Amino acid sequence: MIEGIIINGIISSGVYALLAIGFSLIFGAARIINLTHTAFYMLAAYLIYTFTRSFDLDPVLSIIISIVAVTIIGVLVYKFVIERVRAHEATVLIVTIALAIIIQEVVLLAFGGHFRGVSSLISGYATILGVKVTYQYLLTFGAVSIILFGTWALLMKTRLGIAIRATAQDRAIANLMGINVARIGMITMAIAVVLAAIAGALVAPLFTLTPYMWMHPLIMVLAVVVLGGLGSIKGSFVGALILGFTETLVVFLVPMGAFLKGAVALAIMLVIILIRPEGLFGVSFEEER
Amino acid sequence: MIGILRAYIGRVYKEFRGEILVLPSKTIVLLFCLLLFLMPLITSETYILRILILASIFAIFAASWDLLSGFTGQINFGHALFFGVAAYTSALLNLHIGLPHWLTIPIGAVAAVLAGLVVGVPCLRLRGPYLALATLAFPLILTGIIYIFPNITGGELGVYGIDPLSGSRLIDYYICIPLMIGLGFIMWKITGSKTGIIFHAIREDEVAVRASGINTTKYKLLAFCLSGLFAGIAGGLFVHFMRIAGPTSTLALMVSFQAIIWAIFGGIATIYGPIAGVFILVPVTELLRAMPEIRMLVFAIIVLLVLLFMPEGITTWVRDKIEKECPRCKIRNIATRKTCRICGADLD
Repeated sequence: MIEGIIINGIISSGVYALLAIGFSLIFGAARIINLTHTAFYMLAAYLIYTFTRSFDLDPVLSIIISIVAVTIIGVLVYKFVIERVRAHEATVLIVTIALAIIIQEVVLLAFGGHFRGVSSLISGYATILGVKVTYQYLLTFGAVSIILFGTWALLMKTRLGIAIRATAQDRAIANLMGINVARIGMITMAIAVVLAAIAGALVAPLFTLTPYMWMHPLIMVLAVVVLGGLGSIKGSFVGALILGFTETLVVFLVPMGAFLKGAVALAIMLVIILIRPEGLFGVSFEEER
Repeated sequence: MIGILRAYIGRVYKEFRGEILVLPSKTIVLLFCLLLFLMPLITSETYILRILILASIFAIFAASWDLLSGFTGQINFGHALFFGVAAYTSALLNLHIGLPHWLTIPIGAVAAVLAGLVVGVPCLRLRGPYLALATLAFPLILTGIIYIFPNITGGELGVYGIDPLSGSRLIDYYICIPLMIGLGFIMWKITGSKTGIIFHAIREDEVAVRASGINTTKYKLLAFCLSGLFAGIAGGLFVHFMRIAGPTSTLALMVSFQAIIWAIFGGIATIYGPIAGVFILVPVTELLRAMPEIRMLVFAIIVLLVLLFMPEGITTWVRDKIEKECPRCKIRNIATRKTCRICGADLD
């Protein structure tokens, strides 16, 4: 049981971390609460299903095509829909939730509501400390670590990363320093969608696919970013670890835990932000007047 | 005697012409209310009456979201909590203690006010997106609690077998429609009062309001409680009309999002906007039942397109087309006028 908790906890924390970092980035750079975020994750998983099953493509190739396709869709949506209503904060919420519903319904029309599964990239298992761990889980773990490290390096070490962080800290000043704020917003959106699509690609072989699979992660991602502090990458990572493991623990240890996992995770989030209103590693944004 | 009466009626008519007929938006609201009252004369189709009853209940709900989030800017993502708390309170009191609905609905509303305090007090420290996302958690936590006590709350199936509002559809209609119009009017009056102006000011600049010596904490809590009260009435009406209180119909994430969709679609910070939003979108949703497969898709596309072209909502857009604001005295005028009806300043 303990090994089950650890393996599942790591996987769900990893997925939440990938999703939450993207969500947090786009909030930081463009001040958008993008509720479509996890719908991109669902879309990526379904595209991989289509390419491997219907077109019989190589799994690795279909993952790459899906990530690219979802990213293009995400950037187009940002450019032509979200950007246009950006000034109206409340409208952005509804527009992004409408977009998520549109993606959900299109997937529902194309595939129906049945549960779908994608076969693993690699089969077989390794034995670590006497516990059988399938290679797919190890692969997912490795991929999550590499991508998280890559994102961190991108944000901390490159000029682009500095520009994104500067924009997140203060849009107006970043603009004055010669950063093209609109373009940074778009690039950040692309990075966020790539992270969501990668998360989708990673869970496709592990979870069952349904058109509604974006709802629960959306709630969890919102909880993770609030818990960790909006706009903080480290916070998103720590928040994802806390909530991912909480969820897994509740499912494994509490009777009827599957019903309660969301409630317990959200209660923990509430307690933490009541103590620290800016989240664990919150960046307090300049009041924009 | 007759002379006095005639003078009085004449004055009322003059007031009416000066206050309501002078502005097209108020005239539209008046015509809309009259139409709602006369609807049973036009059609006695119970299906249409049912849609209008549901629309009026949801209109109260959406307007109560507007009162809190549209005016004070405290975006509440978990508005379903108030609806659900009132719905479950009314349902359980009715079912287990046998209280009649004219008692359970107010008690449910009081429970929703308490829920407003429960959410409002801890959330006072939070602002902006943090508040929005924290409020999201409350109805989902309550859903979890409902699931683990299925023998009291009915679990996933919900509570059913509740007394109906009245025996007949027509009486239901004449309970809900006047109630909706009355409560809508009260909310609209609140937003125009001093309290409403403070709500507005809190949204624009909380620090400045506090600097003016106003206790913003008190007003924010007041907004949560008032909003909870009206949403609670809507929840109680809903449960007695549908005769079932289930977690998916009263507490789910979609219920909260629905309220926000209606309110923003109609136009926030107006009260009549959310009501208009509900009376447009609920019938549209019903019409779309004819094609169940693409119903949600078409619904989402309509909402998306309308908001892309009218980002401030449909009523605000229409209002700005048919009315102009006087640049000097800020009084609204019909768009055809060249000069302001109060101060005579040139419009545009």
